[in-house]
Parts: sequence; C-alpha cells; structure tokens
Amino acid sequence: MTTSTQLPEGAPEEIVTNALVRDVDLSPFGYKGTLALITLDNGFDHTRPNTFGPRSLAALDAAITDAASRKPAAIAITGKPFIFAAGADLSALSFLSKREQSLAIGKLGHDTFRRLDEIGIPTFAFINGLALGGGLEVGLHCNYRTLSATALTGLPEVFLGLVPGWGGATIVPKLVGPERAVQIIIGNALNNNTMMKAKDALNLGIVDAVFVPADFLERSVAFAASVLSGATKIERKDYSSDPAWDSALAAGRAAALKKYGGAEIASPLKALALIADARTNTRGQGFDAEDIALADLTMADPLRASLYAFNLIQKKRKKVEGAPKPALGRKVARVGVVGAGLMASQLALLLLRNLKCPVVMTDIDQERADKGVAWVKNELTKLVEKKRMSAEAAGRLALLISGSSDQQVFAGCDFIIEAIFEELSLKQELFKKLEKIVGPECVLATNTSSLSVERMSEGLEHPERVVGFHFFNPVAVMPLLEVARTSHTDDATTATAVNIGKELKKTMIICKDAPGFVVNRLLTRFMGEITDAVDEGTDPATADNAMRSIGFPMSPFELLGLVGPGVALHVAETLNANLGPRYRISPTMQAMVKEGVKTFYIKNDDGSFGPNPVALALVHKGSTPSTAEEVRIRALTALAQEARMMLDEGVVSSPAEIDLCMLMGAGWPMHLGGILPYLDREGISESVCGQRFHAPGIASLPQ
Amino acid sequence: MSSHVRSVVLVDAVRTPFGKAGSMYAGTRADDLMVRAIRGLLDRNPKVDPASIDDVAIAAATQTGDQGMNIGRSATLLAGLPKTVPGYSIDRWCAGALTATTTIAGAIAMGAIDIAIAGGVEHMGNHPMGELMDPNPRYLAEKLVEQDALAMGATAERLHDRFPHLTKERADAYALNSQVKTAQAYVDGKIQRDLIPTAARNPELGWAIATIDEAPRPTTTMEGLAGLKTPFRPAGRVTAGNSSGLNDGATAALLASEDKAKELGLTIKARMVTFAFAGVEPEVMGYGPVPSTIKALEKAGLKIEDIGAFEVNEAFAVQVLAFLDHFGIADDDPRVNPYGGAIAVGHPLASSGVRLMLNLARTFEEKTAVRYGITTMCIGLGMGGTIIWENPHFTGGQK
Repeated sequence: MTTSTQLPEGAPEEIVTNALVRDVDLSPFGYKGTLALITLDNGFDHTRPNTFGPRSLAALDAAITDAASRKPAAIAITGKPFIFAAGADLSALSFLSKREQSLAIGKLGHDTFRRLDEIGIPTFAFINGLALGGGLEVGLHCNYRTLSATALTGLPEVFLGLVPGWGGATIVPKLVGPERAVQIIIGNALNNNTMMKAKDALNLGIVDAVFVPADFLERSVAFAASVLSGATKIERKDYSSDPAWDSALAAGRAAALKKYGGAEIASPLKALALIADARTNTRGQGFDAEDIALADLTMADPLRASLYAFNLIQKKRKKVEGAPKPALGRKVARVGVVGAGLMASQLALLLLRNLKCPVVMTDIDQERADKGVAWVKNELTKLVEKKRMSAEAAGRLALLISGSSDQQVFAGCDFIIEAIFEELSLKQELFKKLEKIVGPECVLATNTSSLSVERMSEGLEHPERVVGFHFFNPVAVMPLLEVARTSHTDDATTATAVNIGKELKKTMIICKDAPGFVVNRLLTRFMGEITDAVDEGTDPATADNAMRSIGFPMSPFELLGLVGPGVALHVAETLNANLGPRYRISPTMQAMVKEGVKTFYIKNDDGSFGPNPVALALVHKGSTPSTAEEVRIRALTALAQEARMMLDEGVVSSPAEIDLCMLMGAGWPMHLGGILPYLDREGISESVCGQRFHAPGIASLPQ
Repeated sequence: MSSHVRSVVLVDAVRTPFGKAGSMYAGTRADDLMVRAIRGLLDRNPKVDPASIDDVAIAAATQTGDQGMNIGRSATLLAGLPKTVPGYSIDRWCAGALTATTTIAGAIAMGAIDIAIAGGVEHMGNHPMGELMDPNPRYLAEKLVEQDALAMGATAERLHDRFPHLTKERADAYALNSQVKTAQAYVDGKIQRDLIPTAARNPELGWAIATIDEAPRPTTTMEGLAGLKTPFRPAGRVTAGNSSGLNDGATAALLASEDKAKELGLTIKARMVTFAFAGVEPEVMGYGPVPSTIKALEKAGLKIEDIGAFEVNEAFAVQVLAFLDHFGIADDDPRVNPYGGAIAVGHPLASSGVRLMLNLARTFEEKTAVRYGITTMCIGLGMGGTIIWENPHFTGGQK
C-alpha cells in the first residue's frame, strides 16, 4: 500500500473489514469443483456494518489473491449476518486534505474491486444483507449477484454529495440501461435516499436472483453451481444503442434541478455525466473518470458540509442535546389536543399513531370537534387503503380517538397540546382553564410558532409543566420538533416532552423560549429581506431568484405560497413586536393578506407556474431597487447576524443545533451543511460577525 | 372418525452433516440447523405442498435457549412453512426423533393426520449433556437409582460388568468396524446423498458450507483405540473411541399415510410395521433395545430371524454388542449398520432416530430381498425403543 492511501492525519482509526476465505465443495450442488467463499466481517454485530477504508480494501485485495490461488471454479463474496457492506468508510473522507489522497483512495477501491471482473474466474456476490454505496459496488464488479429477500440495497452517494465512484456510475448503466441507472443513482438518491427492496433490485436488473434468508447462502451456492454448469444462463444486454439515453439523462437532470430549486449542484450532474459516458466508454475509462469526479467532489467544501450534515443528522436523531434523563419523564397514557382544525387534527393523528393511547380533541362546538375526529379516522382509512396499516391496527386506533366541545374530557390526561389561534391572551386563558381540569403533573404543551411560551405559563399554579412543542408542517413528514423550555419548565416536563418526541420519531432540539424559536426566527428574517427588497422597488422575480444558485429546495416566494401570507405576516408581526424592527412588516404582504391573495405564482393552463398578476399589482413599489447579488448578500447577512444573536442569547447552545434545525425543519440541503457552513465558506460569517461559526475542517476543507 | 388403523410410510428423511460439538457449528444455532433440515426435506419433495403438512414434531433433549420456545413450532415458523402449519416438541432424550416418528405415526394411523414431519436436533456444543438438570434428591436418598444411572458412560461400564464376555477388545473391534464401514460408505457416496449442505459461520474464519460429517476418524486402528483413556472409571472399558461423541446436528423425516403418499405420488421408502418402547434398570440403560425389540417383534408377530436389516444406534459399542449378543447375532454381522453408525458419524442426541431411518431406507433400496428391518436405540434413564419397518421394494425371495 502506498503512503497516499493510508488514512489522512486526524482521521479516526479505521475499523477494518476483514475478508476471510474458505473453500466450499460444490459437488453436493451438482458441480465438480470448489468455490472460494470470501466473508466480509469487521468483527462487530450488525449495528456496526462492514465498511471499506484503505486497510479493508487491502484485506479484500489479499483475500482475492488468496482465493484465486486456490484455483477454484468460482469466487464468491458474502457478508456477516444481516450485513453485506455499507460502503466506503466515510469517517476518513472528512480528513482528506490533498487531492492525491482522494484520487488514491478512489483508485484503490477500483483497483481492488475490478479484480473481481478481471481475474478470469467467474465471480459471484451473495448479497446476504444491507449493501449500500461501495458495499453494493463490490457486488456490481462481480459477474453475478444473488440477494437476500429482506436485504435493502442502494447507491446513496448522490444523496451525500458524492457519485457512485467505485464503479457504480459506470457499471450500473452498462448493466441495466440508462433509465434504470438514472432512477437508481439519481432518482432514489434524491428521493430521501430511497433504498431498493429485493424485489425492486431484481426487477431493475441489479441482481440475478433473490432467495429467502433462511437458507440464502446454501441457495446462492446452488445458484453459482447451476451457472457454472450452464444449467442457469444469465443474459446480459448491450445498452449502448438503447434509444432512451437522451431522455433518461434529461429526466435525471430535471430531477436534480427540481430537487435544488433550479440550482446546478455538482454531485448529481457529475453522476449524470458519468452515466452518459458509460454508453460508449470502457469500464476502465469509466473508472478513471469516476476517480476524477470523486476527487473533485471530495476536495470541495459542499461535500465536507454534506458529510458534516449527514453525521449531525445521524447523531442527533439518537441523542437530543441538553435533554434530561429519559427516566425523569412521566408515563403518558392519555393525550389531549386542544383544537380540531387541520393542524390540531394532524397532531392528533401523529400522537395517536405513535403513542397508541386515547387521544381526545376539543373545539368550540361539537360539530368542529367531530370534524377533526372524522378527519383523523379518514386518514386511518386511507392508510389501510394504501396498505400502510392493517385494518385491525386502524380499527384499534379509531377506537382511541374522540372529540368533544367540553374540555372536561381532558381530565386524566398526561399531556395536552394546544393548536388554537395564535393569540397569546387566548392561550393564557386556555391554560388557566385546563389547570382546573387536569392533575398537577399533566404537561401543557403549545405548538405556537412565535408566541412566548413563558408568558403562557404566567399566573399558572404549576408553570413548570408548560413547554413549547413546535412542529413543522406537514407534521407527519417534517422531521424536526423544537422543544422550548421557559425559565420555569422543569426536567420532568422536558423529559416527558422529549420522550414523546422520540415516540413520534422526531429529531429534536431543546431551545430556550425565545420568539420564533430557531427555524421560524431565521426563516422570517431571511424572508423579510426578500420582501424588503421588493418593497424597496426590486423586481419580485429578481428578488425571488436571487438565491437560486445556492440550492434551496424552493425560492422564498414558493415557500411563502406554501406557508400562506397570512401566517407569514402574523409571525413577522409577532417577531417585530418581540425582537425589534429588524423584523419589518411588509406593506406588500399586508396588501396580499388584505386582498386574500395567497401566492406570487399561479399555475398556468399547461401546468407550469408563472407570475400571479394579482399579486404583482399589490407590490408596494419603492424607488431603491437592488440587484440580485445585493439581495443574496443582504439575505445571507441577515441569517448570519440572526444566528450569531441566537447563539449569544443562548437560544441554542451550539451552531450545530442551528444547522440541524435548518436541515430538518426547513429542508435546507446538506451541501450547505444546514446554513452556517455555507455562510462560513462564503465569507459572510466573518464579514458580518467577525468570526466563523465552525472552525475550518469541521464542515469544510481543512486549511 | 376412522375405525381402522391406516398404513404409515416413511416418504423421505434427511439430515444436516453432523459436527463435533463446539466445532463446525459453534457459530450456528440449533434452530437454524433444524430449519435447514426441514427446508432440505421439503426441497427434495416438491410434490408436497407445505401448507398440507398437518403437523411438525421436533425432538430435543434440552429444550431451552436455541432449542427452546417450543422448537417444533419455532422451527416451523423459521423454516418459512405457512403459519397454518402447527408444530410441537418432543423429548425422550436420545430417542427424541424416534419418538417424534412414532407419535406422528400414531396420529397418522388413527386417521387424525395425513402427512407430517418428524425430526430432532441437538446442539451439544450449545447444550452440554446434563445442562440445567436438577435430579430429584429422592433418586439417591431412596436409592431409586444408583449414581451411575445418571452418567451415560458409567451405564456402559455397567453393561461390561453385567456381560463380562463383552470385553473391551470386542467393543474396540466393533468401534473400528464402524469407522471402517463409514469410511467405505463415504467413498461409495452413500452417506452424502442424504446430507443437506448447511451454512455454518465461524466469526474468525467466515462462512462455510458443511457438506460432510465432521466426526469420522477413518484412520482409526485397534492399537490407537487400545491406548485411549477410560474416563468413566479407572481401568474401565469405555473410551472415547468405542463411544459416540458429543455432536451437533439435525434430522427430519416426512411421514404420511400410505394412501396419501400414493395419492400425491410420493416416494415410499419404508412402511411402518409397529413399534415399542420398554424400560430397563437405569444403571444399564444400554440394554434397553433388547426388551423393546422383543416387545415390538411380538406385536408384529415376527421373529428376530425375520429381520434382514438392523440400524442400531451406537451410543456405546458395548450396548450394541449386548443387543447382538442377546439375539445371537455376530459382532460383525453385515446386516447390522452397513454404513457404520454413531461411533463414527456422531450422535447429536435427540436427532439420531431419524438418521437410523434414512440409513435403513437406503438398505431397503439396495436389498430388495430384505423384507423387514428395525431401527432401535437405547435411551438414558433406562429405556429402549424399536421401530419395525417393512421394505416397500421387497421382491420376495429370501428374507
């Protein structure tokens, strides 16, 4: 091994995936000869999957040499129980500081894996469990593949900001054709990193046979014997003259642009270029191009930010920063939801599905309460129709949901969340009323997006039970939950809230009760700069498109259309009142709300979106327009300012929590690292705050 | 309710290769071995719709851990049989699979079921003999049994005591012959054909596929056997060489009413004539096959001379010799264990009964002149069990 393929300085020590070789006698399977079976096993259980770093690749290389030296009829690779291999050891990737290192690790992977195709002995991958990225690529280099019926496979590289650069981007299009290659490499990766079920992998042509796990290895060996004897023939198609190349690549490009709000993001585009090359190139040419693409991506900040974001999401999903011990939380066996509108009903459904305990909803009259309950029950029916829930399970849950106009039904509740109109006095009154109905330990949670939780708890007998529990719309989909503590909120209340959040499978941050918490505070500030620019006279299209190249999933006005100008204006007004005049009230927004105009974009007859003339007519036209670049800078400046203020105020304790919020609550892309790594690398942090949010190397290239 | 007894047949039987305890299956669960045997059996019999299996009886001598949770039902689920197929567990120590067979046969004969699986598993690496055993103190306090009764090797020594003419030399010669016959059977490919290749993982070595028994020692010699220790007593006669070993393995047999087998066009490898179990003093448990065979022959209206093929489990050489001696059969009679026995291939306790059956079925195929055969074995705590089978390939002529 050359020095350049050793681990970069500072990287955690590689957990080596050993490659163990044993002979399997094929005669009981009807073929005279032996199969050299390589087992990939890092010595840990399935919670620490096999991965490939330089030493693991060297181990596999040695195993292939060993296997070939046994003069077998075939060589096969399989994994440890439940796991084939989960891909490259990403932990070292963040520490690569030289392009040569990156090129070398790419080449080392290729040089090792490609032997499986070039060794002159039939090779098989028996994919017995999870196979992702480089883990699947090992298998792709083999001549034939079997897959366990319960194993998930996928190429998540593009999701992470990489390309399938250990052969995947070249072999997959040659193996399954352009359309399916684009679906697997681009479509699945960008669709929340969708993995293939065994049935999908078989239908897509990624594997040649699927066997149940009970005797997967034995049947795979039998399959190998059958291929060797010629009894089973596997046909491979030449896709070079497939008519779908151009359309598939165009579809992939469109999907990539859509995902990032029109921005040209490097990893999907590079992956598409590699797929396009695979039409006519040799494998070797493809692998060389992959090495270069990998090095380009690895030696750029977006990937570093992406890896930082990925690790952050993984880590924080399990551990909530600043959470009290879970054991301090109280048992929750009955839940109340105040309100039966759409938000409240969504909350009731989410709580019902995950806590599986009685959920009572109330509203000002029985009719409204019934409507909320009916909505929940209808959603359960839809889940059954979509086969995402059994009729029995839905029946069980339907019996647990009830609604009333009488808040006495909250008696006996352990946790009540309110989702009534965003008006402080109403919420204060509500909590006072609820205190007379429920026991002293019942948690009173509010889903307010911008009001003061502290003030809602004022005057209560037990203010320590009040907590902010802020979801994002749609609540079943958006993974973030902001848990806001007031100065009174006690640990038992926080722990109960966090325990519930875990049951709801949410990623949580615990923040100080401050107006807008984290996501809305930043988004509103950001949005305010765009509307300000428009109010000052900037062309709305110019303002709205100023940040297209960054790769946000939607433009500010697209987001506004989703949230609704009414809600946005209300939040802006609240934050203006509580945080000061830097949160401005836009006359254009006021006009839109007044006139009931919901969005800047309307759907044209052909399905495309165009400017809404009604909205444009309402624009307050100032005389100091900005250029797009000026808008971009002022919006990013506002974000940096506000983020720094939030850290100074102790709203959250670390920049990472802000990034987590923007990733999970606003859906901002991983290549921005959330947002702060992007502000750092654009130099905004230093020019605005005089300092970076993250030290160099954390979410960027080391310096 | 049916009022007549129906004919019960052995459709097929298979087993995993047997491992030495703590060796090739050290990283493999007992229930996974059992699953492998069941799936291998069904693979070989594609005409049998798994959903039509009426019951699954699985034996294990220790029914905890990976042999617990009602291994019969658990292995059925793990093997991927339809959830509608029931299963239960059986225990008669070494005669577990034999008893699973007779219990299933009884249910078939009386018409309660038509087709079923009987089998057994023992992972003696995971479940050492005597694991979690808690003998009632009354056994010794009231002298119900002597201490020797609870150690199988000691009961074998007691057989030597009772039959002094069954010397250590005869036991060693018998053991050597078992190894020689097994070695020859392997050369002739006669054992491999009923083995189901079984994946076995060793965390340090990786995955392997077990395709042959691990225990046989084809290089055994009389001199080598003579030099072995006698671990059960000083100056004893029972050694590791003239006993079966500690092993891991699983077996499975498909049984059906003869009518059902014919209806489905299944193979018929043996037809059950009758069976019997009998008790003896626990201190000489190895003698058990003598009274159980006498009882079974009586029921069948047969004489020992009518039996043309014997599969006798070789827990200990002396115990086989006691059986042969009683019936006046020579130590090296070719009708007895023609493929060798447990001394060579091993004895994963509760699984062994079906191994005897699959060997007997092969003898029946080869020797169409043989009309009747028996499978018999001794059982700890003083019992023997015998099943008499009829050869469906019998063509008349000499017995």
